[in-house]
Amino acid sequence: MRIAEKFAELKRRKDKALIAYVCAGDPSVEATKEIVHALVKGGADIVELGLPFSDPVADGPTIQEASTRALKAGMNPDLYFEMAASIHENVPLICMTYYNLIYKRGTEKFARDCASSGITGIIVPDLPSEESGELHEACKRNGVDLIFLVTPVTSDLRIKSILGMASGFLYIVSRLGVTGQRTDVAGSTKDILNRIDSRVPKAVGFGISNKEQAAEVIHAGSDAVIVGSAFVSIIASGDNVNSRIERLAHEIKQSCIN
Amino acid sequence: MKDSMYGRFGGQFVPETLMPALTELEDAYKLYKDDPRFLKELGNYMKEFGGRRTPLYYAANLSKKYGIRIYLKREDLVHGGAHKLNNTLGQALLARYMGKERIIAETGAGQHGTATAMAAANMGFKAEVYMGAKDVMRQHMNVYRMELMGCEVHAVRSGSMTLKDAINEALRDWVTNVQNTHYLIGSVVGPHPYPMIVRDFQSVIGKEVREQILEKEGRLPDSIVACAGGGSNAMGIFHPFIKDENVMLYPVEAGGEELKNTDREALHSSSLCIGEEGILQGAHTLILQDRYGQILESSSVSAGLDYSGVGPELAHLADIGRITPCNVSDHEALEAFYELSRMEGIIPALESSHAVAYVMKTAETGKLGDLVVINLSGRGDKDLETVFRLRESKEGEETKTVEDKKEPDNKINDKEVCL
Ligand SMILES: Cc1ncc(COP(=O)(O)O)c(C=O)c1O
Repeated sequence: MRIAEKFAELKRRKDKALIAYVCAGDPSVEATKEIVHALVKGGADIVELGLPFSDPVADGPTIQEASTRALKAGMNPDLYFEMAASIHENVPLICMTYYNLIYKRGTEKFARDCASSGITGIIVPDLPSEESGELHEACKRNGVDLIFLVTPVTSDLRIKSILGMASGFLYIVSRLGVTGQRTDVAGSTKDILNRIDSRVPKAVGFGISNKEQAAEVIHAGSDAVIVGSAFVSIIASGDNVNSRIERLAHEIKQSCIN
Repeated sequence: MKDSMYGRFGGQFVPETLMPALTELEDAYKLYKDDPRFLKELGNYMKEFGGRRTPLYYAANLSKKYGIRIYLKREDLVHGGAHKLNNTLGQALLARYMGKERIIAETGAGQHGTATAMAAANMGFKAEVYMGAKDVMRQHMNVYRMELMGCEVHAVRSGSMTLKDAINEALRDWVTNVQNTHYLIGSVVGPHPYPMIVRDFQSVIGKEVREQILEKEGRLPDSIVACAGGGSNAMGIFHPFIKDENVMLYPVEAGGEELKNTDREALHSSSLCIGEEGILQGAHTLILQDRYGQILESSSVSAGLDYSGVGPELAHLADIGRITPCNVSDHEALEAFYELSRMEGIIPALESSHAVAYVMKTAETGKLGDLVVINLSGRGDKDLETVFRLRESKEGEETKTVEDKKEPDNKINDKEVCL
């Protein structure tokens, strides 16, 4: 499913979106499939499946550790696409990964593999717009959205040029730093949401871990919240994972419902 | 070609949060690099604090043995014991002109961390250094040095717990504190403009060599040999000679145990020699990776060369054939370490020993010509413990007879040291 279709569907209901991140293959391919199912059952509208990289510079400890677990368990890009193809949930799947894995596979092949395995968006946290030309073209040819990030320090001029390329949604980094749970997301987020006049939906991520924060972000004008580390922490605990994931997704989704 | 590129290498593959900081840094650098006030202040630091200019020393004993004229550029005599200070003084001063309050850095051998601590203490910055936990163990004297100068050292326990992981952690810190912090990168690696800035500050080495060799020999050298980890001492000495096509330039990489990769690691750190193109820590360059693009852990007896990538400009210069990448093994580097100590009374850093070893190994073939300059990038005091432990373990092995074939207890095996 394409991201735009999902947002159109939500818009008809006047709902906002919950975008959930988990790391593929953490702790195993089978577990990830069940976790994705639990997320969707709980109310996630879009699922980001992290393709783990050995050197995840944009990630905090929670997702670094998840990446390490997944790599140790044998996750690799071939398995990743196989797994994605076997997931049949009625939500868009997005690939989040680092650029070297894409470069090594070849941008065209990577985009094609995404499309043929049902992945309709790509997020690359170490690929700023300046360097994204080749992947962007490959994505366009294959009907995959390349999702760009903006942050509180991105200038209005840069935002404008990034918006020119954006498709799917615009990923708004709530504050400076790496991924991970935080207490303070609201202040800088409101400011940046106000600065952006986007034709694609705006989704706020990095640091959101509970329904209160989600509600604040939605209230500040975001079209979606992105939650990652909070789900990954549940997976790391190994304790009652699927039901707790479903419950957290459900709770946060309540903040997104009109 | 974009400003940020060397041929097809280089670029800025970093999180969006860092893009404004890279632009700010590049703008500031362009503003001050020819500013007489900045240059005067930097020159003064280099001379009075750093001890420049360093001698270009004619190594008579080595020259006699190998039958060619060998000069050593004595960067081991720079304050701190390595070329690293040239760059840290330059960047710290730039950070001061930019109004930053805090400096962070990564370090492998601890030499760059030490040089950062020196510059920061002197110029009044708060400094924090990230260092792989494995390197903290094998270079702990440098940890004490940094701490003595008021610098906070963070042991990094992620990944391979070496230089690459220290850079990751420094980048994560920078993403979080970018508004008041300057990331003082220690080699010609990372996103543009770092490879250019570090090269320029290190070029003082090559500029001096040029003057000195003309004074002493009345001509340019036939070849210049420098070890290459990230490549800053190599680029620093090569850069002023790039246009002199007759001067051959040899970056010597760490050949480690063997020029081979297993599934998870490389047994060497030779990314220029046998690496592949990829993106690592902000730059498109030559890297050690597996077939999927996961970064392989590198390996070398010298912490400062133990890195899975190399500066993008070196990758480009190798690509167009202007430099000739080569490598020597751990064993050859150690032999050179001993030989230079005995023959010249100069104890080289294990990193620099790689450059010395290459000259010892190839002088006879004639391909280096008759007049060679080796960049002696640092002194070996920091490595004494490593070398002695290696020697003990070797002697241990030799005295053991066939009945006892199990691993010697005191073998300094990286995997044992790290945890
Ligand atoms: C003495 C010395 N030489 C060389 C290096 C390698 O760095 P580069 O290749 O950037 O010169 C180091 C790094 O720590 C060092 O301490």
